[in-house]
Amino acid sequence: MHYNWSWHVFLAPSPDGEGTYLYLLLLGLVVTLITAMAAWIVAFAMGCVIGTARTLPLRSVRYTAGCYVEIFRNIPLLVQMFIWYFVVPELVPQQFGVWLKSMPEASFVTAVVALGFYTSSSVAVQVAAGINARPRGQTMASMALGLTLSQTYRYVVLPMALRTIIPSLANDLTSTIKNTSVALTIGLLELTARAKAMQEFSFHVFEAYSAAAVGYVLINLIVVNMMRGLERKVAVPGFMGGPDHMSPQ
Amino acid sequence: MSGGFDFGEITRSLSYLFATGMLFTLKITALATIGGLLLGLVLAMMRGGQSTPVRVLVTGFVNFMRSIPLILTIFAFYFLVPSLLTWVTGSGEPIRIDAFWTSVIAFVVFEAAYYCEIIRAGIRSIGRGQLLASQALGMTGRQTMLHVVLPQALRVMIPVLFTQTILLFQDVSLVYVLSITDFVGAASKIAERDSRLIEMYLFVAVVYFAISFGLSVMAGQLRHKLALEV
Repeated sequence: MHYNWSWHVFLAPSPDGEGTYLYLLLLGLVVTLITAMAAWIVAFAMGCVIGTARTLPLRSVRYTAGCYVEIFRNIPLLVQMFIWYFVVPELVPQQFGVWLKSMPEASFVTAVVALGFYTSSSVAVQVAAGINARPRGQTMASMALGLTLSQTYRYVVLPMALRTIIPSLANDLTSTIKNTSVALTIGLLELTARAKAMQEFSFHVFEAYSAAAVGYVLINLIVVNMMRGLERKVAVPGFMGGPDHMSPQ
Repeated sequence: MSGGFDFGEITRSLSYLFATGMLFTLKITALATIGGLLLGLVLAMMRGGQSTPVRVLVTGFVNFMRSIPLILTIFAFYFLVPSLLTWVTGSGEPIRIDAFWTSVIAFVVFEAAYYCEIIRAGIRSIGRGQLLASQALGMTGRQTMLHVVLPQALRVMIPVLFTQTILLFQDVSLVYVLSITDFVGAASKIAERDSRLIEMYLFVAVVYFAISFGLSVMAGQLRHKLALEV
């Protein structure tokens, strides 16, 4: 088999007339980033709420939060995307469903919702683990100081827990970015979809996928380093990763 | 879409869904687990080995695989594998290989990077004192690994490897992008033929949930059991 390597192909205009292949790939990269960020906001917010609920001294709340986590993490992301995209608009009241289906950015919104809820189950597990890993004395001390349960969570428990779980959250954030690629199945033109389109138009398989891979690796490096910086900045002295226990990199 | 639910279509197509679709999904999961574990073990050994260039190369490969999406890997391997095979065998004609095997190879390579990290973490959880003690007893590196490190590291690793395999089982659904008839592919073909998207996708979700949840309960029990014995 003969394969013509050509890095110039990126500067060639794509047949859909939107611009060069490089431009389309960059467009895909931007869509990947925006989708991932929006999904991350959903995931982080829901994850904090559900993770906190899993540690509350109320059995029914803990149980409900547990069900939420198990449902969202035991169904493949692809299937969840299909359900949000194809099934949910049919199950809601008809007018709302029609409006949902006619939204101009339907695949973007669906991707954000599906990916956000999917990732939130993992964030919730980390948050609950972070809360449970704190020394028990902390909660007791703040209760003894007269703080209510919600004040204890707001001023003591969550600030401590969130700071210690930054490394696991960084992991969730990078998987969110990678997982945006699943949204190409519902028509989102993110980086992988753009690379696939470029491969189909130009037949330059390896250039297209290498470029996409380079894009993902770069984003990954940036995110990992940013989260490491954040981790150092907010590290709690005397706790894991804090200045007293700085582990050698 | 025609009104009302009709789950009758599901009972009529059960054999296609499971005997064709789910069997395919399970076959890929099983082959990718075995291949991924073997390759992952080799990578972990190379990463902890003596030779610096090998270590750097393997570390680079593992980090690379872990930073790109699985779908990109699946697409790339779909084209990469036939070209590589043609190149390796030096045959004049392009070698044809079906989507099943290209996906198995893509999953093996992709999962190996993850398994490698789990195995390495397990090995690192064994204290240095034990390595020094086995050296003092005159054991070779291979003996230390086989008789001291791995038996203990396995206890730490097995629950994590099990959880990773449940994730793999879910991730196999992504071969849908190659229009293969895995479980999701089979369901979506029937869903589109009969305009029964709601029932089919809900059914798929319930089946995946039942299997994954059952397995993760087992993984939890396994973790509990292994942790008690240490």
